[in-house]
Amino acid sequence: MSAYTPRPEDFAPLGAQDAAPVLVRPSLSYWADARARLLRNPRAVGSLALLALLGLFTTVGPLFWTVDPSTQNLDRISEPPNLSAEALLIDRGQRWPGVEAEGWPSAPDPAWLASPTRTALDAPEGLSVVGTPHTWSVRLRWSPVENAAGYQIYRNRYRPTALNELGLPLGDRWSGAEVSYEDALALEPGVYWYSVTATDGLRESPHFQTLRVEVERALPLNAARKAGLLAPGDGEPGQRLSLPAHPLGTDYLGRDMLSRLMHGARTSLFIGLLAPLLYVLFGTAYGAAAGFFGGRADAVLMRLADFVVALPFLLFMILFRVASGVEAGESGITAILVAMVLLLWPATARLVRGQILQIREEGYVQAARLLGAPQRYLIFRHMIPNTLGVILVTLTFAIPTAIFTEAFLSFIGMGVAPPTPSWGSMCFEGLKSMLNSPHELFFPALMISLTVLAFNLLGDGLRDALDARMRARE
Amino acid sequence: MGRYAIKRIIQGLITIWFIATATFAAMHAVPGDPLSNEKATTEAIRKNLEARYGLDRPVFPDQYFIFLGNMAKGDFGLSFTQQNRRVNDIILDAFPVSAQLGVLAIAFAAIGGVLLGAFTALKRNRWPDVTVMLAVILGISVPSFVFAALGQLALVNANDALGFTLLPVAGWGELSHMIMPAVVLGLSTLAFLTRLMRSSMLEVLTADYIRTARAKGVSEGGIFWRHALRNASLPVITVLGPAIAAITTGGFVVELVFAIPGLGRAFVEAVQQLDYTLIMGTTVFYGSFLVFMVIVVDLIYGLIDPRVRLA
Amino acid sequence: MMRLGPAGRRIALLLGCLLATATPWAGAAENAVDFEDRVIRMVLPQEPPQLDSSKATDQVSTRVLGHVMEALTRFDGQGRLVPGVAERWEIRRDGATFWLREDARWSDGSPVTAADFVFSWRHAVDPKTASEYAFILQGIENAEEISQGEAQITSLGVSAPEPRRLEVRFSRALAYFDKLVAFATFYPLKESFYRARDGRYGADAEDMLFNGPFVIERWDHGARLEMAKNPHYWDRDNIYLNRIEFPYITADTNAALNLFKDNRIILAGLDSETMENALDQRWRIERFNDGSAWYIEFNHREGRLTQNWHLRRALALSFDTYEFINRVIGTPGNLPGLSLYPSYLQGAKQRLLQEIPPPEPVTDWTLARSHLEKAMAELGLTEPPELVLLTGNSPTANKQAEFLQTLWKDALGLTVRIDRQIFKQRLAKMTAGDFDLVAAGWGPDYLDPLTFGDLFASWNLNNRGRYANPALDACVRDAQNSVDPEARVRAFGCIQRILLDDHAIIPTYERGQIYVIHPAVKGAIRRQTSPDPDLARAWLEQP
Repeated sequence: MSAYTPRPEDFAPLGAQDAAPVLVRPSLSYWADARARLLRNPRAVGSLALLALLGLFTTVGPLFWTVDPSTQNLDRISEPPNLSAEALLIDRGQRWPGVEAEGWPSAPDPAWLASPTRTALDAPEGLSVVGTPHTWSVRLRWSPVENAAGYQIYRNRYRPTALNELGLPLGDRWSGAEVSYEDALALEPGVYWYSVTATDGLRESPHFQTLRVEVERALPLNAARKAGLLAPGDGEPGQRLSLPAHPLGTDYLGRDMLSRLMHGARTSLFIGLLAPLLYVLFGTAYGAAAGFFGGRADAVLMRLADFVVALPFLLFMILFRVASGVEAGESGITAILVAMVLLLWPATARLVRGQILQIREEGYVQAARLLGAPQRYLIFRHMIPNTLGVILVTLTFAIPTAIFTEAFLSFIGMGVAPPTPSWGSMCFEGLKSMLNSPHELFFPALMISLTVLAFNLLGDGLRDALDARMRARE
Repeated sequence: MGRYAIKRIIQGLITIWFIATATFAAMHAVPGDPLSNEKATTEAIRKNLEARYGLDRPVFPDQYFIFLGNMAKGDFGLSFTQQNRRVNDIILDAFPVSAQLGVLAIAFAAIGGVLLGAFTALKRNRWPDVTVMLAVILGISVPSFVFAALGQLALVNANDALGFTLLPVAGWGELSHMIMPAVVLGLSTLAFLTRLMRSSMLEVLTADYIRTARAKGVSEGGIFWRHALRNASLPVITVLGPAIAAITTGGFVVELVFAIPGLGRAFVEAVQQLDYTLIMGTTVFYGSFLVFMVIVVDLIYGLIDPRVRLA
Repeated sequence: MMRLGPAGRRIALLLGCLLATATPWAGAAENAVDFEDRVIRMVLPQEPPQLDSSKATDQVSTRVLGHVMEALTRFDGQGRLVPGVAERWEIRRDGATFWLREDARWSDGSPVTAADFVFSWRHAVDPKTASEYAFILQGIENAEEISQGEAQITSLGVSAPEPRRLEVRFSRALAYFDKLVAFATFYPLKESFYRARDGRYGADAEDMLFNGPFVIERWDHGARLEMAKNPHYWDRDNIYLNRIEFPYITADTNAALNLFKDNRIILAGLDSETMENALDQRWRIERFNDGSAWYIEFNHREGRLTQNWHLRRALALSFDTYEFINRVIGTPGNLPGLSLYPSYLQGAKQRLLQEIPPPEPVTDWTLARSHLEKAMAELGLTEPPELVLLTGNSPTANKQAEFLQTLWKDALGLTVRIDRQIFKQRLAKMTAGDFDLVAAGWGPDYLDPLTFGDLFASWNLNNRGRYANPALDACVRDAQNSVDPEARVRAFGCIQRILLDDHAIIPTYERGQIYVIHPAVKGAIRRQTSPDPDLARAWLEQP
């Protein structure tokens, strides 16, 4: 702090003044001031922008990204985000009858089998692919093994070097003469290592034969035509076709994640916005009534609110959700909404009542009443504007709670019913496959987090902006 | 004081009656049949099962008053799913588990929140503050089941990388089992308390008595630990009550993911199986517990704080 | 240094108490396998609801009971029937005799006698016991009448003329009775002990008596269960393990896999999500057929659209079981749904399905559409109808229901509404007939085709779609009353043909499961009936 050195002028008498000093700053109304301060808060502005984007994503998004969220594509299950893909057109003809080694015995010689000194069976020789391997079928065949009673077929993503690395046990053959296998199990484009072992009916041989197979993405002709990728009659097996992109990947039934996120946003934001809006409105009306009338009415009303507050929230949320008995084809959104409103209104009611009681005793209200202001004037001029800030902040912070509650219900299998997507249920489904296809969890979780984050920041900003003390401080 | 306590307790009992009635009503509005099972049973067997659980009588008034009567005696009846076991025994087994977990989570959240909040206030607007507050805002923006799954995954990878078991990935029984679930469970409360503590600390640091202390020549450490931290923690302590309630019921997710035999998991399973008695028992027990906690906290406030008049 | 105020000290004290109540920090590291003490550790998918064998219904209870109890007969690792408490037995057309071994003992040292079986079986059919499995004793003289409350329980056709001889009288032929008695409801119960527990039998470890290879030593409900070798078990010399412990109870497959990875449990089931992860770990993945057959059941009640054969055929023709197992389920080991009977069932000489091969399923959308048009004409509809598909609330059930919904929309333009319900509500709706289609499955109670074959008899209460066809009923009666293996296979073939021709159900798949198991554990048995997995006779080999 620097010291001030007085000067002689400071002690000169003041002359007469013509007018009162002009106010240089125009009077700011409470709301104009609040808005100005909110807009000066960079985090609040950021959150507003984020919310605007989210709004666009849910409303305008589906107009541009017109992929149907319920279209399944079993060729492209749990695909990571991609911008283009290509597939080989195939003709899905008859089922492959397989290969049988003619004249080969189906079971080993019983005498050999009984001998205690029998050695482990050889590995099947000549393992090879029949036809073009693609994602609809990989056809394998091999030469029969002497004394075999059957074969085991395995598949892995890397070259196996030991018995425990053979990978997925795809299937078996229960005859020494059946020397082929058709694999169609959830094949994805890429390289697979197939292994075959022989078994004598009692023991599986530790010797195996391995084959590297490069699998190409394929699409049956009729599926391509049905999906509208080809005109009827167009296309030929062996041609290549480029497939639509999935910028955020696909889910466990090959549905487009981006489109599901857009449609899921409707569910999540519908519950997330409407439930708080409804219960905050109801709570406000209830609390205002209690606070305004006071006395016995207040006591009775608040007693009821105390009862409801005492109900353990999540337990009753689950109970109500189950009790509502959602029928076939319903999503259960209404049930969740009603349960939330029923359980969550008292907090707002208490808050508003407290505010009203406080305001009722304020000097300016007393003064207005003494001057003969009618009830209506008191309510609309003083009570409501002075509580609105608090209500607005409550509402903003209530939204994250509602979104989380929906997600939690989904987590225990009581959220919105399929096929309606919601971010919560998508998260829950993604959780299971977190390790293999993280995008199925990451994107819905990100959406939830961004929304909650935006509302939390906005709530902070609003609280600061509406706080009368902050106003005085500046 | 005595009269006030009695009044509060009577109010509490009425509240518990309300909870019980609401639970009973919700329970019996649930469509479905708790006695049905994968194998269909004959009429005669069904009748006997109904008689065993008292379901052969009309829901109102008989079942309702029997339920209230037994509840008054502190008996919630036989469980439907864990046949031969009383709901009381199930609650007595499961609640201490949830409570232990809850207390640990609260301790973690409170200690962590106070320290982090104070620390960020001291480093206001410098990079430690910005980083921590960013983490905190993320902490309250991610659903708890995502945290739980990530926490478990982190443990698996850590144990894998270290080659020995740092902490078990699931289960219950030893303190080592409790660490990760408690951290996950306490995380959002920690974030909340950090924010609260930070603003409270900022206010305290500009208070007159801090300036006075500094003027007296108290060391910075002394000011922080003795004056600032303690005074700034007061608002934190007042919100701990609601936080405890939130954490004890919020244990569902953590108990499910970490295979912890707590009351939350028992409840979720009971609902899936429509175990009437276990559902009602758990709900009424939790409700009563919370009501009782609120009364105790109020009474203690009254004893400690002379400003609170108890009439 | 931080000095604690009074509040701080109190918190510290509280924390201290809390820490003190918890057992010491990571006391003994509980690894999956303890070679020295011969202990293995596993996870239980849920708390056993109760361990009273006369009332046990679920897989977890029967799995635990299978390790601590022994029936008259049991199945070995190769699926062959071997002697249990009974040394030898004889099945006749009108009854059976079991000769009990001399050295069979209860865990209190007293001998297991024929009277223990008489008490247990009478207790199970007693309507006062309200056992859900009372039906499994049907075929024993008077069992049905007793469970309806129409006869005295002492009139049950079972008696103990000698302490070590059990006589059973049948009211109809029970060709598979020796396999049937391996089931949990047929375990013995010691009357004096049972009565002394006053309704608490099976509620806690000390409220039980065991006659199997193990005894339950500790049972912390919902948290852990521990079994120890039974010193009184007659075949104790062939039991290698000293203890089997279940320190974890969770149904979460991710948690189980994490525990396995952490070397805490010896066995973890895999699903399509955790499968890839297991591959990356270079574990040997095992596969087995869990015994259950899955199908879509139609509602055949009066007034339901699904009563129409053309509609059912249209729905069946659009479904492709191969696509379903390969792409929707996506784990190895599942077999295509070809029949009501799973493929492992034995016929007269070979496997049943080799003797009565079911037709290869046809998928033909064009044909399906023409049947739909016929159905609409018969039903007087101008648009494809709306159907309700009842399903459970597990992620797997959701996935399958969503797939079917889109499938039938694409193939037939049918709108299917998914009715997702929690377990008991789904059962209630199934019983009440409040559905058009329901995804259902059936696991065998005993290893005879009849456990599947009688499922759609008009009198079977588990026939939730109320399919009623006198021709099928006649075949079921033939299968029930005959003792000639060839004739029974013919009857089973008849049942299969009627069900498939009439599209009473759409078989969807035969479930297989994949799992990983600790390489040192040998002799673990996976099987189609309880107890599964069976580790009673497992042993350890140091790698």
